[in-house]
Amino acid sequence: MTQPKTIVEKIWDQHVVHLEKGKPDLLYIDLHLIHEVTSPQAFEGLRMNDRSVRRPERTYATMDHNVPTRERHIIKDAVSKKQMETLKQNCDEFGIPLADIDHPDQGIVHVIGPELGLTQPGKTIVCGDSHTSTHGAFGALAFGIGTSEVEHVLATQTLWQAPPKTLNVKVNGELGTGVTAKDLILAVIGKYGVRFGTGYVIEYTGDAIRSLTMEQRMTVCNMSIEAGARAGLISPDETTVEYLRGKRHVPEGQAFDEARDEWLALASDEGAVYDHTLEIDASEIEPQVTWGTNPGMCLPVSASVPDPAEATTDNKRAEIEHALNYMDLQPNQPISDIAIEHVFIGSCTNSRISDLQKAAEIVRGKTVHSSVTAIVVPGSQSVKQQAEAEGLDVVFKQAGFEWRDAGCSMCLAMNDDVIPPGERCASTSNRNFEGRQGTDARTHLVSPEMAAAAAITGHFTDVRQFTNALQH
Amino acid sequence: MEPIRKHEGLVYPLNRSNVDTDQIIPKQFLKRIERQGFGQFLFYNWRFHHDGSQKEDFSLNQPKYDGTSILVAGENFGCGSSREHAPWALEDYGFKVILAPSFADIFFNNCIKNGILAVTLPEEEISQLIQKAENETYHLTADLKNQVIYDNEGFKTSFEVNDYQKEMLINGWDDISVTLTHENKIKQYESKKVGV
Repeated sequence: MTQPKTIVEKIWDQHVVHLEKGKPDLLYIDLHLIHEVTSPQAFEGLRMNDRSVRRPERTYATMDHNVPTRERHIIKDAVSKKQMETLKQNCDEFGIPLADIDHPDQGIVHVIGPELGLTQPGKTIVCGDSHTSTHGAFGALAFGIGTSEVEHVLATQTLWQAPPKTLNVKVNGELGTGVTAKDLILAVIGKYGVRFGTGYVIEYTGDAIRSLTMEQRMTVCNMSIEAGARAGLISPDETTVEYLRGKRHVPEGQAFDEARDEWLALASDEGAVYDHTLEIDASEIEPQVTWGTNPGMCLPVSASVPDPAEATTDNKRAEIEHALNYMDLQPNQPISDIAIEHVFIGSCTNSRISDLQKAAEIVRGKTVHSSVTAIVVPGSQSVKQQAEAEGLDVVFKQAGFEWRDAGCSMCLAMNDDVIPPGERCASTSNRNFEGRQGTDARTHLVSPEMAAAAAITGHFTDVRQFTNALQH
Repeated sequence: MEPIRKHEGLVYPLNRSNVDTDQIIPKQFLKRIERQGFGQFLFYNWRFHHDGSQKEDFSLNQPKYDGTSILVAGENFGCGSSREHAPWALEDYGFKVILAPSFADIFFNNCIKNGILAVTLPEEEISQLIQKAENETYHLTADLKNQVIYDNEGFKTSFEVNDYQKEMLINGWDDISVTLTHENKIKQYESKKVGV
């Protein structure tokens, strides 16, 4: 009998081009996604060394980080404009398909890859973007790389990679009503911290993971990097197969059936051995809100802000004090008392159609609180179109939200969507780092449902109580 | 890339954990299409006020750290975004060596690609080095060839480094040229697995 294998081992074995003792393995890359921010210097490197792009048809580009989300043809920042023009010139010169700002497929790179069916089980996928882990939801080995590695992949379609250690994050039980995939991954990072995944590829397993939709799985895998893991993935199953059926770049007919069999065979074998396993009970998870300056600084909405005096070490005390100072929060302040001025629904974590549907359910017929500015930024133009076909734009606009075009937007505030200094945002994105949404801006990470509820009440509100109150 | 074999330099202590790449270089500086010139933006929000004036209380702005080239920091240094602008900024500012109890994976790789020696040392040693560099003008030598870090007061410690990465750093090699020596293997793989 053959040794049981994890999905990571299976994908790895299928992609090794060259093995040599004392060196990392040379791994073939099936799909290389690129965007305007982390690619210009890579293309410049190719030109300087008179190299070409080895497989332009395995490369796919879009513009997302810099694009304006309103009046999208007025790019006020000349440097942003130049960066976007440079991507277009590079794609033209090297023959790379590009979904530019005018293209109907344009959107956040980690939203459009799956949407177009470019993301498939068993593929090795890289992008000069740490949230490439998102594509792991399909059982792909997908990870973020730096610009030098982008250049390496453009030139050779390979990367030198040491085989990773594997970490099984097993989520048992069932999520409660009103508790989302975002709360699940925030709770895992809140419990185990922002570096437990360093050096590992995470595989998410367990009943709670199996019952998630593909879009929910993407939310979970997206934040693997916030736990330190370059990649996080989920073994393919029928949910994966059904999502992919009919997608543009996915095979059809008999070829689809063959692909289906190959995909399902990739799932980790019974008895496969992981380097490490962590378990968590989904039924204990509540809606989460981050209170600090990294995603591990996270608590249930019913909790209170930590008191540095209760920290177990000097380092932890200093860390909490520093975070509370930046966030302008008081020790022991109930999280539900924190008032916000901004709400951002968007980002590669939570901007897909189901995220917008869930948020719209909360705001339908309500009004955004008078002290709150709220925006919805769909993850792609295609998500935007679908949402409009369902009338979600009207629901949001009637409630007082702004309805925007697709892009990364306020997740990292590289375009005009910036939180002013000292102001506070409930955000469905993935990073609450200092200055992330604007210099001295304060970010609290939440699910789309929690962001929507906060937009209405003006402070963090347990969406489960909010929904109950609506029903009675 | 510049080879790095042995480097002696002034130590700058940054006693913080989980320093993310958004802190190392904020997003508003990622719009440039060049590789050079990012040093001026290093730790921007910590070094500068909104009006662009220096924050005197941020330690890197103190004259005693002028000319520093060895950064000692807390665990999980370089977490978050994959932006290679972070090592570009550190390198352009003058840092050649970074010591920490642990590094984020992508950042660590990005350092190697830019000729920055990132070394993992035990937490106790890092605390000791941070303390020294906070209290005095403190120099260290990093000897990559012999895999040791030492000062001239008797401190000496050895460190682990992957053989391949050591070879790349010592020779200042561009790994694309190394990979292209295996082009036949890539072609074979493509003809067998993915079609030409």
